[in-house]
Amino acid sequence: MIRDITIGQYYPAQSRIHRLDPRVKIVCTLLFLVSLFIQNSLLGYVIATIYLGTVIRLSKVPLKYIVKGLKPIVILLLFTVVMNLFLTRNGDTLVHFWIFTITEGGLRTSVFMAIRLMYLVAGSSIMTFTTSPNGLTDGMEKLLHPLNKLNVPVHEVAMMMSIALRFIPILLEETDKIMKAQQARGADFESGNIIQRAKAMVPILVPLFVSAFRRANDLAMAMESRCYHGGEGRTKMKPLRYKGRDRIAYILTLIYLVVIFVVGRFVPFKLWIF
Amino acid sequence: MSIALEHVSYVYSPGTAYEKHALKDVSFEIPQGQFVGIIGHTGSGKSTLIQHLNGLVRATSGKVLYEGKNIYDEGYNMRALRSQVGLVFQYPEYQLFEVDVLSDVCFGPKNQGLSPEECEKNAREALELVGFPEKYYKQSPFELSGGQKRRVAIAGVLAMKPKVLILDEPTAGLDPKGRDEILDQVEKLHKETGMTVILVSHSMEDIARYVERIIVMNHGEKMLDGTPKEVFRHYKELEEVGLAAPQVTYVMHDLKERGFDVSPDATTIEEAADEIMRSFRG
Repeated sequence: MIRDITIGQYYPAQSRIHRLDPRVKIVCTLLFLVSLFIQNSLLGYVIATIYLGTVIRLSKVPLKYIVKGLKPIVILLLFTVVMNLFLTRNGDTLVHFWIFTITEGGLRTSVFMAIRLMYLVAGSSIMTFTTSPNGLTDGMEKLLHPLNKLNVPVHEVAMMMSIALRFIPILLEETDKIMKAQQARGADFESGNIIQRAKAMVPILVPLFVSAFRRANDLAMAMESRCYHGGEGRTKMKPLRYKGRDRIAYILTLIYLVVIFVVGRFVPFKLWIF
Repeated sequence: MSIALEHVSYVYSPGTAYEKHALKDVSFEIPQGQFVGIIGHTGSGKSTLIQHLNGLVRATSGKVLYEGKNIYDEGYNMRALRSQVGLVFQYPEYQLFEVDVLSDVCFGPKNQGLSPEECEKNAREALELVGFPEKYYKQSPFELSGGQKRRVAIAGVLAMKPKVLILDEPTAGLDPKGRDEILDQVEKLHKETGMTVILVSHSMEDIARYVERIIVMNHGEKMLDGTPKEVFRHYKELEEVGLAAPQVTYVMHDLKERGFDVSPDATTIEEAADEIMRSFRG
């Protein structure tokens, strides 16, 4: 049950997207997110769909996984759509009953907003699906490296991030185990009012915290005994280096960005109200 | 009065990249009062198997019968089942959470809905059964040594007065002395209370010394099932799947091969010694 959370999960596969340098994936994801906001037209979204669809296809991540990743935002999505649909008053009225009015502008905004939100999540989840957590933090560290000059401890932050990410599955598993162990002793997490349920969490949380501290302590010890001393002068076993395919990915994404900007903004194409 | 599994299969994360068949068509019956050992190497499905016995994990297909009733039937009281079938997990000391030992052991009986007096009575009995010294009853469980923590955790399950006790690797990470103490304690418990004990382990030596019956698991399937003597006769097959018979079995087989008149069925050192002495005398 707890294991079924897919958001931010890595999907192991061999694909062109998996093999890209993590930095490329981070930057291109950002560019993709930007591309969704610099235009607002039907043609623009068609181009974004083609780009996203191609990336998903290339990544070999089943579409089912990406759709599953959208589940957590369903409520937010509905809320946005409903709000935009009924509260935007712009252009001709399409439907009017009782106190509700749907205008052309409202329909347009809510549909585009929904697409934007879904593509935002799908775009970033394709990045996490195809990049291992370690790769992500490595890429982040390298990208943010210039901040070192401003006395930002980039390496330390990256290390903390990768440790935190590494601990998520461990702690989930641990929680699962402790829950089962307490259930075996007759604990009941499913019934009772909210206070009783909160109280029922104590037998899970106390051992979980104890074990988290124990693990943190062990890890610190293991790192120190291997002479870890922070980022200064530290070399990498697999340093990130751009290869031909990374440059091609950058170029393609930049072309995409320019095309979507020009077409989305300056080509006056309209289908009905969209 | 028994636990039975009928064609139980279990699949982890079905339909995803991580799909894994943890159990494949496993069937057996354990009558009340038996001392059973389940062995298999890491990842053979032992731990998943025993979590089926008290309903913590639901089989993908197949049935689990406790005292003849299917535990997956609608309206079956799972919590009642869990207080009858006590399960002690691996490294159980990591579930301790209360301020002192006694209240931690009381957690189980309290969940059964007993009065505070009864809870304490059961808890004290359980702590006594595992041989935990009374002077530490009011101490924080986090300040105890590893072996003592484990006793407290086992007592936490015993305090619910289960009819079946399942122990998952109860000796993992303990020194030889702690290991013998815990296992002797469990054997004593089995003899005195007549409860069914299911001991999960990957140490053949541990298992051979105590149990009446061994179930060998391999890749999620039941490979062998029988008395220790019967099972260890297949020592070559056991080796193939990464397990081994107790060392004495090898010694006895070697002796027999070199022409000594001994039966190679001995599973414990004592039996082996008797057998060798007999052959010399005879």
